[in-house]
Amino acid sequence: MDPQLPITNVTETLLAMLPEIFLFCWALVVITIDVVSKRKSETLAGYLSMIGLLITGILLSFSTYGKGFGNMFFNDPMAAFFKIIFISAAFMAIGSSFGITKKKIVNHRGEFFGLILFSTVGMMFLSASREMISLYIGLELTTIPLFVLAAFFKDEKLSIESGIKYFVIGAFSSALLLYGMSFLYGLSGTTDLLSMRLNIAAFHLTFKQIGVVVLISNIMLVAGIGFKLALPPFHQWAPDVYEGAPTPVAAFLSVGSKAAGLVAFAKMFLLALPAFYGTEMFPNDWGMMVGFFAACSMIIGNVVAIRQTNIKRMLAYSSIAQAGYIMVGMLALNEHGLASVAFYMFAYLFANMGAFAAVALFEDKTGSCQIASYEGLSKTSPFFAVSFSIFLLSLVGIPPLGGFMAKYKVFAAAIAQASAHESGQWIYWLVGIGLLTSVFSLYYYANVIRQMYFSKNDSPYTMTYNPAILTVLIIGVLGVLAAGLFPEPVLEFAGQISNSFGF
Amino acid sequence: MDILLNELAGRPVFWIISMIMLVSAFMVVTLKNVFHCAIFLILTLFSVAGLFVMLNAEFLAAAQVLIYVGAISILMIFAIMLSSNFAKDKIRMTSKNAIVVSLPVMFFGLGVIALVVKTIVDIQPLWNRDPADLTALPADNTMMIGKYLMTEYMLPFEVVSVLLLSAMIGAIVLARKERS
Repeated sequence: MDPQLPITNVTETLLAMLPEIFLFCWALVVITIDVVSKRKSETLAGYLSMIGLLITGILLSFSTYGKGFGNMFFNDPMAAFFKIIFISAAFMAIGSSFGITKKKIVNHRGEFFGLILFSTVGMMFLSASREMISLYIGLELTTIPLFVLAAFFKDEKLSIESGIKYFVIGAFSSALLLYGMSFLYGLSGTTDLLSMRLNIAAFHLTFKQIGVVVLISNIMLVAGIGFKLALPPFHQWAPDVYEGAPTPVAAFLSVGSKAAGLVAFAKMFLLALPAFYGTEMFPNDWGMMVGFFAACSMIIGNVVAIRQTNIKRMLAYSSIAQAGYIMVGMLALNEHGLASVAFYMFAYLFANMGAFAAVALFEDKTGSCQIASYEGLSKTSPFFAVSFSIFLLSLVGIPPLGGFMAKYKVFAAAIAQASAHESGQWIYWLVGIGLLTSVFSLYYYANVIRQMYFSKNDSPYTMTYNPAILTVLIIGVLGVLAAGLFPEPVLEFAGQISNSFGF
Repeated sequence: MDILLNELAGRPVFWIISMIMLVSAFMVVTLKNVFHCAIFLILTLFSVAGLFVMLNAEFLAAAQVLIYVGAISILMIFAIMLSSNFAKDKIRMTSKNAIVVSLPVMFFGLGVIALVVKTIVDIQPLWNRDPADLTALPADNTMMIGKYLMTEYMLPFEVVSVLLLSAMIGAIVLARKERS
């Protein structure tokens, strides 16, 4: 028996895949040009990468929905939405790394940007897969360049430590994920996620005993993806890695890699295993488990962040807490759930990338990551202080900004789920924890703003902006404001995501 | 033919290979000399390859030997021999947190074993089945893997090469000595 040729129209498939293919080739071009030009220019590789990402974005707007290679490449609204997030995250990360390529990374600028682009390609493939093998390989292509990027300052102990920690944890979590996937493959006999959904549900109705196997694979999948998302209790690596890694890489980790983990989670649990949610049979139910971890992450993230004195560690704990809020939206299996998650990611992208860009700029200037050294910056660098404050306030969720709208949507979706199902009452508790911890979070975010604005001393530093980081800060501010004031177009786009998941 | 082979000659061979695998795996985690651990790891991986052969999965067996025994273990031995005085070094096998750490690990490990055993007992046990029901892999399964890699699984196959390229670039960046 010959395997059937699944490619009906190669040209169409390749056209749909054009953004990914282009970005991969462009990454090679960036590396090659940097080597050929004898690594003389400080900014050439960076600007080239930014241009490449812009072109990829333009190509993306022309690409159509559709599938190719079976379900290996499935361009649906979710893929399109998250590809925009990945490309923007890479754009902003690259834009904020001109300071370090000027001083610290002198010999490998091309590789630094090239690896960020490779990782972005991996995320794009991941978001466009509906099949376990391509999903897993997309996830690996996302993380393996990030191991190297985290350890890119080869002379600094902290950076090496962060690279090794991320590598060990990443390898371990991939193994867990793969083990869980292999159980599901054994149960369903297919790696295609949609067929798996049908096979497992049918199998579950016939033989009740498969619950335990699904439980094992659920635990492994949640642990494997939880490591990528830094969801407690799998979060221990995040602060150390963020602290040691180059700041733009930490930013890319906290947004790009987290969004990739979310996509993987949505594909595995909402696409393949929705039958095991809220079944009132505790052993099978991944909802309770994820809900518990989301509650842990909101509490641990927000409480521990209060004690941090290093701003990168604080932002690491803040991103742990944000992962918790996002998972609350993920637990709403209705038409608002995935849309709210996607919108949250959109608002979080601008706020968090912007905040990390500000931290990177400050670090390039002063070499310090201590919150105390931000004292009095509003007087010497008003634009810096205003934009950084906007990013932080958006992360808290203060009304006119994107973060508020995002939190509102996530909690509204969760409440809709809780009120619609008798067995979903516990989600009210989750929303309550979310609202309460949001209040805590105001304390540590506002502490930075207090340092910048309400200090008697003037800061000894005055910020100078290179064009790239200025672009990033302006995009961040505009994005946060737009997500808060004019969210309709984004929400409409995000609303289409649930359709392809069948809610 | 294949089924018969598995049924008659296969059973004792299976038990022997499995015993070798389990014992050597146990040695890997209990021996104190890193070099001996690596040698036993090779033996474990060889026995896994043996099990693959018994399942008619020659390709997997060959890949197992090539990649795990041939590449990974040899690299491991290189690393051990290059890094320190390997023969005298004893690994410290205890930790201050041993009890705290071992509790969740044991809990999870025992849970997995218990659940797997329960599932096997619940669902019709394999060893009670009529051997005629067991379908061995077709003899041309290596060819099928090749065909699938070039058709249905083309895309992951290509993306893996991107992955290898990026890993290679990363390794060069990290390993290269910088001119100051």
